[in-house]
Parts: sequence; C-alpha cells; structure tokens
Amino acid sequence: MKYYTYYPGCSCEEGTATAYGMSALAVAKALDVELHELEDWNCCGSSPYNSVDELGSLCLAARNLSLAEKKGLDVVTPCSSCYIMLDRVNHHLKESPKVKAKVNEALAAGGLEYNGTVKTRHILDIFVNDVGYDAIKSKVKRNLSELKVAPYYGCQVVRPGPGFDHPENPQTMERLIESLGAKATPFPLKARCCGGSLVIPEEGVALELTYKLLENAVSNGAECIITVCPLCQVNLDIYQGKVNKKFKSNFKIPVLFFTQLMGLAFGIDNKALGFEKCVVSPDKVLAKSSTAGKGV
Amino acid sequence: MEPKEKTGATFVDEICSIPGGEEIRLCIQCGTCTGSCPNADKMQYAPRQLFAMARAGMRDEVLSSNSMWYCASCYLCTVRCPRDIKPTDLMHVLECLASRHGLSTKKNKTPAMYETFSNLVYGTGGMPEMGLMLRYYLKTNPFKAMGMIPTAFAMIRHGRISLKARKLKPEAQRQLKAILDKAKELGGA
Repeated sequence: MKYYTYYPGCSCEEGTATAYGMSALAVAKALDVELHELEDWNCCGSSPYNSVDELGSLCLAARNLSLAEKKGLDVVTPCSSCYIMLDRVNHHLKESPKVKAKVNEALAAGGLEYNGTVKTRHILDIFVNDVGYDAIKSKVKRNLSELKVAPYYGCQVVRPGPGFDHPENPQTMERLIESLGAKATPFPLKARCCGGSLVIPEEGVALELTYKLLENAVSNGAECIITVCPLCQVNLDIYQGKVNKKFKSNFKIPVLFFTQLMGLAFGIDNKALGFEKCVVSPDKVLAKSSTAGKGV
Repeated sequence: MEPKEKTGATFVDEICSIPGGEEIRLCIQCGTCTGSCPNADKMQYAPRQLFAMARAGMRDEVLSSNSMWYCASCYLCTVRCPRDIKPTDLMHVLECLASRHGLSTKKNKTPAMYETFSNLVYGTGGMPEMGLMLRYYLKTNPFKAMGMIPTAFAMIRHGRISLKARKLKPEAQRQLKAILDKAKELGGA
C-alpha cells in the first residue's frame, strides 16, 4: 500500500471533470494507492489568479501545502494546472528568501507557516513511476488490443518542469497504453497547447488550436484520445462540436481521461468511471473492449 | 536611459521585483520565444518584441498591449529559452503590473475573465465553474452567452455542470481570507 495526500482540485471535485476524479480514485484503489484528501483545501488559483495578484496566487497554493506539510506525505493531484501552481511555490520559496518571508508573513495572518518541504506530484507520475508499468499490466482484465489511442499530454503536466518526463516529447503515456494492451498511435502534437482557459474569452483562438490537435490525432489513425488535464478534456470534448462548426470538419473522436482507460482495462464497473459524462459518445471505445481475455 | 519614477525605480526594476521577472535583463533577443508561441500571431507585439520594449522602458505601451493576455501558459518558450528567462512567468508579471496600474486592455476580454475568476476564488476559496461563466458573460457581453446555449445543454445532458459549489468550512474560509488580505496589504511579492 502506498499513501499520499490527495488534492483533487475544483474541476475534479465538483466541476466539469468529476469523471476524472471518480475514475482516478477507482484506479488508485485497484492499484493499492491510498489517497487521503486534504481537509479544507482551497482553489489553487490557476493561471488567472497569478495574472492579477502574484503574492496572493503564491499564498493560495502555499496554504494548501502548509496544511499538507503537517501530514508529511507527497501531495498528488490529477489536474495539470493545480500541479504546476502548487509546484512552483516550492521553486519560488527555494530561489528567493524574500518571497519565502513574504509568503510566510501572509500565511501567519491565518496562523500557518510553510517551510517548502512538500513534494508535489501529478497522478500520472504516481501510477507509472511509483506503482509501475508491470503492476499496471498485471491488473488488466479486458482486451483492448483492437483500440488505437492517441496520448495527449498538453502542456502543464510536462512543462515547465523539470518533471518526470521530457518537456516536448514525453513517452509516459505511450508505455502506459501499451501496458494496458491497447495501441498507442503517433501523435506529433501530443504536447502542444489546446488554448486552455482562453476558450472562454478568446474562443476562436482556442478552437483553432484544438482543431489542429483533433486533426493530428485523427489523421494518425486514433480512435480515441486520452488526456491528463481537466481543461484539455473540456476543449477537446465539449468544444469538439464548435470546432466542427467553425472548421466544417466532422470529428467524432471520444476524449477520455487516462484514468478512464485504465479503469476500463482493469474491468472496473463502467458506472464508476463516468463514461456517460463524455459529450462525444465513447460507445465505440467501450464496444472495442472485451472480457474475452487479456490483450497483453 | 528611461526616466526614473519618484521612487527611483525604472520599469525594468519594477518587473525584476516580481518573482519570475528577474531574468528579463538576460534576454539576447534571439526570438525563440516568439518562434515557439502558439499565439504570437494574435499579439499586438510578439514576445521578443514585447520584452525589448519593456527593457527600453516603454511602460504604458507594454502594459496596455494585448500581448500578454494571449499567453495560454503552455510554457513552450520557457523550456526552450537559451537564457533560462521563463518568458511565461514574465508574461504573468506583465499581466499583474497591468492589473495593478489599471492599464489592462479593454479591447480583449481576457483581463475581465481573469478578474472575475480571481474574485470568485477570493470570495469562495473554490472555483465554481458555472458561476464563473455566468458572471463573466453578464459582465462582458450577455448576448455572447446565446452562442453558448447549445454547449450548455450538452453539458447539462452529460452531467458536466454542477450547481452546487464547494464550500470551505467557515473557519477555513476566514483563515484563507485573512491570508489573502494580508497578501494584498503587503502589495505584491
């Protein structure tokens, strides 16, 4: 059994990515990973808060890390944005004694302090590096050998880093897909931007970036895309219809969280994986999984 | 040499005083940031030019431009910069300075979205995504929300919208507010 402090983040807890939260917890349980949710965590502030008040943004993340520091475990989050917002506090505190003093002066107003000792991790890193590919492979119960999957990393799970994989040509998910018995397709744009939260104020800009990603995945033979980030999933899945309208394309490619694909391969009850929350129907993916035997 | 303000600090000094801003002085104008940026073509001044202008002390032109508001925080420039400047952080520093001095562009809606987002986080400690969308559209262009109706229906149909917002315990909420108020009082990092 492995133990971590769990920071779900707003999207996975009550927002657009509850299927990610559900499936991450179900997969963690199957892999003997125990995730203890941090009590009374607050929003990480994401990039927008950092664009309005930089000290406040550091303090939002630092409060969470201060609470986690008392537990002494690594903090794990499934959200790429939460991951870098928490992680960068450690970098800034280490690099600048002045910033560390200011953050702690603000934290003191709430009776807290943070020494910078908490390691922040993405849940993909936990599953593939702490649990490992072999252990993952040993849990596979459904045959996915007919399924072609494009691994979409997006940006913040690998950048700015230094993290657990290459910042521009990561390989973690290709190996994961193979361990699950499915086929990873080439995906040259796998670590390029989907437009992120610009989809709200600058929809056209984000739709253009998302179009390029969908086109790249489909033209390389992918039947579904897996993601590691709540917002990437929103742009690729929920906005896929808008992309089709704007670019007169006809994409119908399901976009799953990587944990949903893991859960599917493990034979976890589909209801616990939140497939019904996909806007683009994942039925053809589900139809390609069979219990007839292992695909590995 | 750009004129110094009353405090004796130049615009470059101001940028350097914020975490992430320090390295602007190392820029060699190679243009790797611009070449890596997915949105450089949308910006009034592409990243390389924006940083040159900042170093030349063109404070108002830089802070009132739309450039940094097109940064999607993809960090591609950051991993590629040969001088380890972290241009993404620099973009955030310029956004903060624009917000602080009331110079954020009105022509783009991104500053308004970020402000709405931040106010919600400050007020609730969480990010109620539905609340964000509603407030943002009411604040900027309620008619634009019409175009979102089919998307909203698809989201409701697939259970992607949660109307119940996460609430912190009252004491945790008070603690967070005390911390954020103190951070504001300290006036930046």
